[in-house]
Amino acid sequence: MHRRKFLGLLGAAGAGTVAHNPAVAGTHAVFPGPARQKGVLFDATRCIGCRQCEQGCFEVNGLPQPERPFDDLSVLDSKRRPDAQAYTVVNKYFPGKKDQPVYIKTQCNHCLEPACASSCFVAAYTKTRQGAVVYDPSVCVGCRYCMIACPFEIPAYTYEQAVTPRIMKCTMCAPRIAEGKLPGCVQACPKEALTFGPRDELLHMARERIRQSPDRYIDHIYGEHEMGGTSWLYLSGVPFQKLGLRTDLGTTSAPKLTSGALAAVPMVTALWPILLGGVYFITKRKDLLASRAKKEAVASALEKAQEEHRAELKKVREKAEKEKQAAIDKEIQKAREQAASEQNKEDS
Amino acid sequence: MSHETTAAGKRFQITPVRLLVGGILLLGLIVTFLRFTQGLGAVTNLDHNTPWGLWITFDLLCGVALAAGGFVTSAAVYIFGLNKYHSAVRPAVLTGFLGYALVVLALTYDVGIPWRLPYPFLVQPGPSSFLFEVGLCVALYLTVLFLEISPAGLEWLGKSRLRKIVVKMTLVLTILGVVLSTLHQSSLGGLYLIVPSKLHPLWYSSYLPLEFFVSSIVAGLSMVIFEGALSYRFLGHKMDREHIQHKDDLAIGFAKAGSLVLAGYFFIQLTGLAADNDWSYLGTGYGAWYILEMGGFVALPCLLFALGAREKNVRLIRWTAVLAVLGIVLNRFNVSLVAFNWHLASDQRYFPSWMEFVISIFLVTLGVLAYTFVVTRMPVLYEHPEYAEE
Repeated sequence: MHRRKFLGLLGAAGAGTVAHNPAVAGTHAVFPGPARQKGVLFDATRCIGCRQCEQGCFEVNGLPQPERPFDDLSVLDSKRRPDAQAYTVVNKYFPGKKDQPVYIKTQCNHCLEPACASSCFVAAYTKTRQGAVVYDPSVCVGCRYCMIACPFEIPAYTYEQAVTPRIMKCTMCAPRIAEGKLPGCVQACPKEALTFGPRDELLHMARERIRQSPDRYIDHIYGEHEMGGTSWLYLSGVPFQKLGLRTDLGTTSAPKLTSGALAAVPMVTALWPILLGGVYFITKRKDLLASRAKKEAVASALEKAQEEHRAELKKVREKAEKEKQAAIDKEIQKAREQAASEQNKEDS
Repeated sequence: MSHETTAAGKRFQITPVRLLVGGILLLGLIVTFLRFTQGLGAVTNLDHNTPWGLWITFDLLCGVALAAGGFVTSAAVYIFGLNKYHSAVRPAVLTGFLGYALVVLALTYDVGIPWRLPYPFLVQPGPSSFLFEVGLCVALYLTVLFLEISPAGLEWLGKSRLRKIVVKMTLVLTILGVVLSTLHQSSLGGLYLIVPSKLHPLWYSSYLPLEFFVSSIVAGLSMVIFEGALSYRFLGHKMDREHIQHKDDLAIGFAKAGSLVLAGYFFIQLTGLAADNDWSYLGTGYGAWYILEMGGFVALPCLLFALGAREKNVRLIRWTAVLAVLGIVLNRFNVSLVAFNWHLASDQRYFPSWMEFVISIFLVTLGVLAYTFVVTRMPVLYEHPEYAEE
């Protein structure tokens, strides 16, 4: 048995997941994540919108050939999101003057506590020790809840596949990282707009750049705290909402949004049977008492009736007895009188 | 329906209703074929931003809520001891069973790889997901409902010994039914707890699980009233005296309960607004829509149920039940589609394709046919004379 399967079974048996338990994570103020986990720093002030990162991604990941070539920059004129054909896309914005475009690269941000992993009911997502959030298509049921859950709108689905549809999502080139290589996009970037390294060092580097050029950057590292923090970090000279990034996501990680409500589950399971069982027995006892009271009432009524009947009978009997006695007495009296008169006759 | 008439020995006649049903079934089968040979992309308008569409909203969210009559009625009778509603238990449990069976059937259309649906329980569980809880509870509850309705089938088949065993489990099954229903009805709301950034604040609340659970009780009560009226109208000849005698009592009693629960639901919604301080959104377009939902489909049926119960106006109660059911359907559509992805531009929003509508109508039709099939054969609307004593 694989270790993960074993842990999963433990979780299902109610012993609690050892590896990724939101209830446990919820007790920490900040989830630090694995030490020395990797990340990527994107610097929007350096990006020139050449789309070479898109091409690099396409090449190392064996993605389908796009309709328009990567050197066709007119693609940037319409907004795009990562989809089933592309793990990463570059978008062009005009946050200030008309002739000063700012580019932003979008891909999976590899959250420290990923919404996709938290929402997956078959645990197809794993946050690796290296920082990448990877997806296992061999267990995926295709429910697409991860796409609902992801606040960055990253996972895409191969809707046209009839038999083996799957999620498509940036992997931070986890297999290449394992070999000691750079992610495809980072390697392809000609302007060093992308930097790969341990996340804490990247944060340090980002702060240093802001400190050294406060005019060039706004004082915000996107991804440091958003949704509990992400492995992909962003620097920019303009507010991030002007580059299509959402700044209203808050700093609560996705698992924390559900852990409280999930914690109520065992309580419902434990309390309902007791409560409902109690209601049942109270109702049953009430019915029982009611029927017993009814029986008793009937019995006592019967008793009373019988009593009355007996008394009546006794009275009648006594009366009859009396009448009989009276009749006898009368007869005796009569006989006595007769005897007396006969005696008188004889005497006279 | 065709079986029914041939079984009765009559000649099969083509009526407009049968023609319509036949048409729906034919279209449904064609779209089913397309779905499983061409994929979801060929039949749905789903995209990467809106991965859950009409099937999840109507067939899953509404289907589960409207099938709540089973646990509500059986709890009323077997736990709370309201024995006068006994004749309503079987039709309600049957509707619940068929409803959940259809939900599972609909899921096989919606998920990408349906034969992997048991994977979360057999291969690799993801218990941190609310969907895991939904799946587990729905699977277990479907089993419970099957056991609860099985006495009807066993009486029909004459298996009285097996029936006796199942009947002995009634209390345990009823309590299990309430536990599982509480869990998965609320979990359906819990699914959306993870998306405060995508669901409009008026509908997003940390009370979503509670709101879904309490409103499912309303849906269950209203559906029992509504179905009772429909069954009497179209299947009245199958009802026994007890059933007909108690049907108005049932409507009045359930209307009282419905009014109370709706009032509670209304205040839970208000609490949600107050907790997140969402009042300012009430002045927007979404606010007007929310006020319509709360006013016209929660507060109004609450008042009308109370009025109907007070005046013993069964006609009013029936129409109110329809209004309340529509209100729950509206709520699920709002949470899952209308107020979901509200931040997206209108050209990126989703609207179902006609083929998605076909499948939803097809599944409802299957449900109605299955219900008719069962109640015309098994002792559901009447008591089996051999077991009438119990």
